[in-house]
Amino acid sequence: MSAEKRVFYRNAWLPWVLIAPQATIIVIFFFWPAAQALIQSLQQSDAFGTSVEWVGLENFVNLWNDDTYLESFKTTAIFSIWVAVMGISLSMLLAYFADRVTRGSTFYRTLLIWPYAVAPAVAGVVWLFLFSPSIGVVSYALNQWGFQWNALLNSQHAMALVVMAAVWKQISYNFLFFLAGLQSIPKSLIEAAAIDGAGPWHRFWTIQFPLLSPTSFFLLVLNVVYAFFDTFGIIDAATKGGPGKDTAILVYKVYFDGFKALDLGGSAAQSVVLMVIVISLTVVQFRYVEKKVNY
Amino acid sequence: MKYGLKVWGLGIALALGAVHTAQAQIEIQWWHSMTAVNGEWVNDLAKNFNASQKDYKVTPVYKGSYDESMTGAVAAFRAGNAPHILQVFEVGTATMMASKGVVVPVGKVMTDAGYKFDPSVYVPAVAGYYTAPNGQMLSFPFNSSTTVFYFNKDAFKAAGVSTEKPPETWPEVALAAAKLKASGHKCPLTIAWQGWTQLESFSTWHNTEMATQGNGMRGLNARLVMNAPLHVRHIENLGNMAKQGLFVYKGRANTPEASFVSGECAMITTSSGFYGNVAKNAKFAFGLSTLPYYPDVIGAPQNTVIGGASLWVMSGKKSEEYKGVATFFNYLSNPTVQSESHKRTGYLPITMAAFKLTEQSGFYKQNPGTDTAVNQMIRKTTDKSRGIRLGNYVQIRTIEDEELEQVWAGKKSAKEALDSIIKHGNELLERFEKTNQGK
Repeated sequence: MSAEKRVFYRNAWLPWVLIAPQATIIVIFFFWPAAQALIQSLQQSDAFGTSVEWVGLENFVNLWNDDTYLESFKTTAIFSIWVAVMGISLSMLLAYFADRVTRGSTFYRTLLIWPYAVAPAVAGVVWLFLFSPSIGVVSYALNQWGFQWNALLNSQHAMALVVMAAVWKQISYNFLFFLAGLQSIPKSLIEAAAIDGAGPWHRFWTIQFPLLSPTSFFLLVLNVVYAFFDTFGIIDAATKGGPGKDTAILVYKVYFDGFKALDLGGSAAQSVVLMVIVISLTVVQFRYVEKKVNY
Repeated sequence: MKYGLKVWGLGIALALGAVHTAQAQIEIQWWHSMTAVNGEWVNDLAKNFNASQKDYKVTPVYKGSYDESMTGAVAAFRAGNAPHILQVFEVGTATMMASKGVVVPVGKVMTDAGYKFDPSVYVPAVAGYYTAPNGQMLSFPFNSSTTVFYFNKDAFKAAGVSTEKPPETWPEVALAAAKLKASGHKCPLTIAWQGWTQLESFSTWHNTEMATQGNGMRGLNARLVMNAPLHVRHIENLGNMAKQGLFVYKGRANTPEASFVSGECAMITTSSGFYGNVAKNAKFAFGLSTLPYYPDVIGAPQNTVIGGASLWVMSGKKSEEYKGVATFFNYLSNPTVQSESHKRTGYLPITMAAFKLTEQSGFYKQNPGTDTAVNQMIRKTTDKSRGIRLGNYVQIRTIEDEELEQVWAGKKSAKEALDSIIKHGNELLERFEKTNQGK
């Protein structure tokens, strides 16, 4: 095989040229910033960068000594698990039903894909308005039913709020993949099972769910990455990490320290830690979880 | 190719033309964070200045909230295209002061351009705040505010609380809140800018230090000390009021202001700059009063703390551009301009002349309560009340928010929360001192 390919690309540089556009994008938008983060994490500077000092690992030592930073790992773990589990199971359910719908399916699908077009900060604000203790429609209804909703001071309520917003935002993306996955399952398999007398629930668990496992695995990785990196807009708009620090996940602190408090060294050190966590999580997922996936 | 050359020639001609008009009128970029009513005010100031002379054109650009415009300016400075004038909030003052070489002291800009600059014309609290420990005034005072107390007169009447003699002390506030609650009011008291009003301004109002080194005014080696018995007592009181439903927490920064304007909450402590909003949008009679205090504390009430923003001149520009900045600042220093700004926005009159002019115009008599902020500020300040100027202040404010929320939620005692603010805040102050000393 490989010999054949070499014959095909007679010029040694042609394959390089062909991957150059993609490689350039990766270098400019991933490797270069990542390298800069690594360098900055070893420096401390004033806000305007007029004096830069190499401090070795001091930024990391500061993080290690900060009990609130360590606490934020727990918060992030809880948040990511909720977002990934809820996001995947809800969208799988929705995709299953959307796949079964025969009339007006385009309409339903369009509606379900819609939230993906909404910016994270806007999603945060929408949910904040719905659940704001003073003016929120939903919180008003909850209070009418005797449920004292207060996301401003109750940590569990605040966590529920940001999880809901983050899941809502991601459901469309998951939904699209699950729908495509379901549609690629040969109808004959399901029909055969139906003839044998398997009900819809039984058919789902024994045929569709196992055949969706590559999709589910892919989405698990992506949702965890999403929860870790892409959710600071939602947190910033909905809770600002409060009450206390109870919804301040790692990436929110990176954003806050870097862009609001202008502590670039500390913020860069946190991004490096975050990068290491996500890389190792992805490795673990590919090495251990992937073995259980049927392709 | 021929065609290409023609296009090039045209391009060069256009570029030369642009240079030519730029020489005719020098443009001054002014980045600010004023929105709505206050945004119109900033635009009018620039418009009137541009109409008053021909040499310079001031272009105000809204760059987002205070922290966003500061982040924007940091990025622009690093890339070499900072604006000429940057509006920075009080929380960013220590950072700007410590960034040597980034800004040009306002006094230097004025004298280089041949204008006189006399810091003593400013209200002492204002001038003192923007003066570095070495005695040099670094930025141009622009919109200064302070903390005041607003109350809903209609709600007070319904609850049988006197509107003629509104509560002046914290025990009286608690009493009024209890009456409001008894009359069925769901939110007797709320608090905006909790760290600013209940720790920072609370400290200067009681002539008590919240940080050493005169609250950081004398140097970078300041450390937080706001776990004194007085602070613990106050936060404990508020915590108890929260438990009893007398004080209802409505969020960080100025988010709680909406609950006062809507009539949901009957009393609020917040910025004097809130006046324009209430006057325009509240559908009830409201009153303005001084920030509550504890009558048994010796030296209270002193003066409330200064907030708001000032204008900083960024370095690395051409000398004729600095001349334009100076001319604009000279225009802004006119007492009539300042007095009009004060009446329009609710920000403080920043000079004594502007204050006297406003008084003579009868504005305070026609609009009772508008002089509250002025009277709280135009006093001789002490070393403990001059202002609060700390490094990494944005983060310290957030720590204050986070810890106070724990008290309001009943998760931490007042002492525990204040101790925690000091512990985490001081780590930030130490780091700020380390990165900025020796420059």
